[in-house]
Amino acid sequence: MDRTADLTVDSVEIPREDLGRRLYRWAIWATVALLLAWGFGPAEVYRVTGLFTDFANMGTYAAGFLEPDFLHWRDYVREMLLTVQIAFWGTFLAVVFGIPFALLSSGNIVPQWVVQPTRRLMDAFRAINEMVFAVLFVVAVGLGPFAGVMALFVHNVGVVAKLFSEAVEAIDPRPVEGIRATGAGRLHEIVYGVVPQVIPLWISFTLYRLETNVRSATVLGFVGAGGIGFVLFESIRAFQYSQTSAVLLVVIVTVSIVDILSQRLRRMVI
Amino acid sequence: MSTAIEIRGLSKTFNNRFQALRGIELSVAEGEMVALIGASGSGKSTLIRHIAGLLESDKGPCCINVLGRPMQAEGRISDNVRVLRRDVGVVFQQFNLVGRLSVLTNVLVGLLGRIPGWRGILGRYSRSEKLIAMRALRRVGIEEAALRRAATLSGGQQQRAAIARALVQGARVLLADEPIASLDPASAKRVMETLTTINREDGITVMVSLHQVEYARRYCPRTIAMRAGEIVFDGPSAALSLDFLRDIYGAASEELVLPDAGDGEIMIDADPLSGPGLRAAAVPA
Repeated sequence: MDRTADLTVDSVEIPREDLGRRLYRWAIWATVALLLAWGFGPAEVYRVTGLFTDFANMGTYAAGFLEPDFLHWRDYVREMLLTVQIAFWGTFLAVVFGIPFALLSSGNIVPQWVVQPTRRLMDAFRAINEMVFAVLFVVAVGLGPFAGVMALFVHNVGVVAKLFSEAVEAIDPRPVEGIRATGAGRLHEIVYGVVPQVIPLWISFTLYRLETNVRSATVLGFVGAGGIGFVLFESIRAFQYSQTSAVLLVVIVTVSIVDILSQRLRRMVI
Repeated sequence: MSTAIEIRGLSKTFNNRFQALRGIELSVAEGEMVALIGASGSGKSTLIRHIAGLLESDKGPCCINVLGRPMQAEGRISDNVRVLRRDVGVVFQQFNLVGRLSVLTNVLVGLLGRIPGWRGILGRYSRSEKLIAMRALRRVGIEEAALRRAATLSGGQQQRAAIARALVQGARVLLADEPIASLDPASAKRVMETLTTINREDGITVMVSLHQVEYARRYCPRTIAMRAGEIVFDGPSAALSLDFLRDIYGAASEELVLPDAGDGEIMIDADPLSGPGLRAAAVPA
């Protein structure tokens, strides 16, 4: 009883946070505000009013989108399947070639003078967007899905190498040492000591990249690298909003199916 | 008898600061069973890892020969260390098995140094090789666990699987780095008995580092005691009385004696050379 009574008395004080921490918090908010202000003009964010003044245009858009036109649905489905096929191959090649690069950029497998150059090369692969690679490969190997496969492949080698090597660098070194102590070779150490430890993560990463690649592959067609992107691009350019809407629905359904299936599988391996 | 392990002038400094080993001189004959005792941080593991060719010593006039061949000299590990390691089995405190692989596969790893490289990489083991592994598993008494994932075994079983791996490897020298430190007393006893058996029956030289001196007295005729990176005693284990330990280690000697050693009498009186009677003396469980 006495204790409850004590609470009403002003005998406790709320400790004040020290100045440094308060300043730090304000500095973070100030930085965010500064960055936004810096980009406001160049990014033409001031044109946001156009969204309301040109409301009529939006209305036309919306009207078209609300009546999807599935007249050519067979084409859409065929192109969508092609898109998924491009993603499969792009992912597969990226994993096959990404594994050696991942091992070569793991500090616990190879010395730093190998790791650093390999990592920089992988950074370059990753830094350049799939669409840029797609344009380059369209020039190199011609229009069509193969350019799309190559674009996904090269960009994703960089991604896979990074994700996979992070898993490799986090392994328990003791089993590897146990294998080394038997007089086994370097490759044996990797096959028996490293790979069994990272395989669940590697599978999970691969499925995750497959999801991402199906999404990415839907726009490769914009630059002529195959798949449903081409259909999408054409219908938008021809102001065929009903068809655009139908294509987008096909994309949404497919991407959702791939995401759900792949997430199920990932949960099984981890 | 020829020499199994010979060490001259071995020193090791980590990060230019911490001196883990100072001028170790050591010679172990083939067929011996030697205990290596000392408190945590006294250099037991570091010494074992040097003999196994897993760590390089400091530069300087030092050499480690195993079975008459140089494992490392003057701070450089021998170029054909992978060949030399085949003759040296290592058993670790944390077992160092690959948890996700089956026990059988873990034991077959011991053969990797002796079969063509590509077969190892693809995991193509012949029937006779699998039989070698299964026989080793039977000897250590965990035959029935062959197809289970190593991680699902108890600590004692995992340690015996690791010993089976060393057996399959055809090692002539077995180095055991605190093999029983993570085990319960009953498992510890089984593991120590397994080591004793392969030492007696196969003539494999065993060097086992131990935290507790009771096990050294019971299972190993000879003990090497370390303190702060130096060998402070090398002689018959029977000479290691509690008073003697106190002389060497002072207050730290308590760490080397089992805290729950109820019948310390057996421990002290046990003659490590007397065969079966020894094993009858049970470790207090």
